[in-house]
Amino acid sequence: MSTPSFALEQVRTRRRRVAGHQVVFWVCSAIVGLAVFLAIFGPLLAPQDPNASNLADAFVGPVSGHALGFDSQGRDLLSRLLTGARTSMAGPLLVVVVSVSAGATLAVAAAWAGGWVDSIISTVLDIMFSFPAILLAVLAAAVFGAGLTAPTLALGAAYTPYIARVLRGAALRERAREYVAACEVQGLGAWTICARHLAPNLLPLIVAQATLTFGYAMVDFAAISYIGLGVQPPTADWGVMVSTGQAGVLQGYPLESLTAGGSIVLVVVAVNLLGERLAAKDAEGR
Amino acid sequence: MRSFVARRAGMLVVALLVSSFVVFASLDLAPGDPLSTLSGGRTLPPEAVAQLRAQYHLDDPFLERYVHWLGNVVLHGDLGTSIAFRESVTSVIGARIGTTIDLVLYAALLIVVFGIGLGVLAGLRRGPVDSSIVAITTVFAAVPSFVAAIVLLSVFSVNLGWFPALGGGDGGMDTIKHLTLPAIALALSAMAIVVRVTRVAVRTELGREHVETAVSRGIPYLQVVRRHVLRNAAIPVTTVVGITITSLIALSAVVERAFSLDGLGAALVQAALSKDFAVVQGIALVFVAAFVVANAIVDVLYAFLDPRVAIGSRAA
Repeated sequence: MSTPSFALEQVRTRRRRVAGHQVVFWVCSAIVGLAVFLAIFGPLLAPQDPNASNLADAFVGPVSGHALGFDSQGRDLLSRLLTGARTSMAGPLLVVVVSVSAGATLAVAAAWAGGWVDSIISTVLDIMFSFPAILLAVLAAAVFGAGLTAPTLALGAAYTPYIARVLRGAALRERAREYVAACEVQGLGAWTICARHLAPNLLPLIVAQATLTFGYAMVDFAAISYIGLGVQPPTADWGVMVSTGQAGVLQGYPLESLTAGGSIVLVVVAVNLLGERLAAKDAEGR
Repeated sequence: MRSFVARRAGMLVVALLVSSFVVFASLDLAPGDPLSTLSGGRTLPPEAVAQLRAQYHLDDPFLERYVHWLGNVVLHGDLGTSIAFRESVTSVIGARIGTTIDLVLYAALLIVVFGIGLGVLAGLRRGPVDSSIVAITTVFAAVPSFVAAIVLLSVFSVNLGWFPALGGGDGGMDTIKHLTLPAIALALSAMAIVVRVTRVAVRTELGREHVETAVSRGIPYLQVVRRHVLRNAAIPVTTVVGITITSLIALSAVVERAFSLDGLGAALVQAALSKDFAVVQGIALVFVAAFVVANAIVDVLYAFLDPRVAIGSRAA
């Protein structure tokens, strides 16, 4: 008699766990959705001008009309947080676009051509691993000037080998599948097979990799803005705000740094959990 | 094994050459001519311009200049002259490298002790200990080092006053005290990743047949854990510990800036901001070299722990 009830208990636990995962999934999706929404509409939603400063208001706490109070320059903190979503999300998005398109192209080309093309691409990727992402971004900012463009392109280049390595393995496995051979027998060209058949089958993995990369890129790009080589003050940006708020931290007014830093952490946690889930789903499907 | 090490050493040399080439070539990639990049837009007296021109062999062809530059770096340790500090880049680096090494080693120690320790604990114990460690590390893995720095500063320096907020200390215990918060900030997300990988590795090994056999033969649990679980789990754990520790080298720049430490990374960022290009190149070169060498060491260590790696790469 004890066995069925034990089994039932197990099923219940499993159901609860699945339900728990589902909740986590929806919460993460909601956070990411909100962040994307703010990246697009945040500047319009800001109740005040994010750059209007009144030094008399510096470090004043929440008052009516200013839900989070003011930053070190007496600017409305909530407005700056809402406005700051744009560059904070656009930077990593650019990194993902660069690294995923370059990584996927290299991976599929290497897997399809094989032979010496594959060895050259793989060797180049191996060598690209020798540059830490942050260092390449700092170097790019020193060479081409601080801002959004140079560091994000550098981060994109630095992440490319990581994405290409994962996708190359998957593309090699797809390449060996029968449907590819069937396409070849039908006389379809390499381009058609890669673009119409191979790439779509890799898409779930590409999406998972892109999501995980977005999380890393968001941390790295915010760090670049924090040290002063990315988005430039007085533009409202979460990484910049952690930095400009630091003077307040030492004087006991940490709200600016903590809200901006908290926003970064929240989005990155949500993106990471979504990415892990997508990757696990993809691994299940293969 | 010997041929694996030899081949890995060969790859190391190639990686060093290529990365030094990238660092060197960045000077020519910069918009404007190399001379104005080196002077960072400052107006220099003609003698200084002539000196820069001679030192960088700016009138020679590109590849010849690279060979000259690399020769100076390797043979004489000569990385040029800093325009902002008015001293040789080598002495700028020499004065600051100690702080960075201390910081990275301190953080590495934290990662090894707490990362692996908590990971093993979570792997062996199912239940609330495990799930709370998983939940905490999920969040910590996403905390950027500079956000961790702000929170640590706010709580432990400003509110509790346990640790100094800024500066590197003057040696001995004072340095340890000054570097504790920076090391935690630097190590935090890497530590979380190590915990997670260790936990999965331990869990996987626990479920293996040879472990179940050992348990069923009545071998004491601790002995099974030590001899059968941890030894096999050590293979993936070593790799991830190695990779995360090498990634700290470049990340130290961010933490040093957050805590106003006078290390290499802070000097690199300062040089990038003030367009002191010789310093940027010199420190970038040191960082890349350290990163590449550390990665090679991790690979070789991995092959020693798991000889299949060396054999597998020979077959490929």
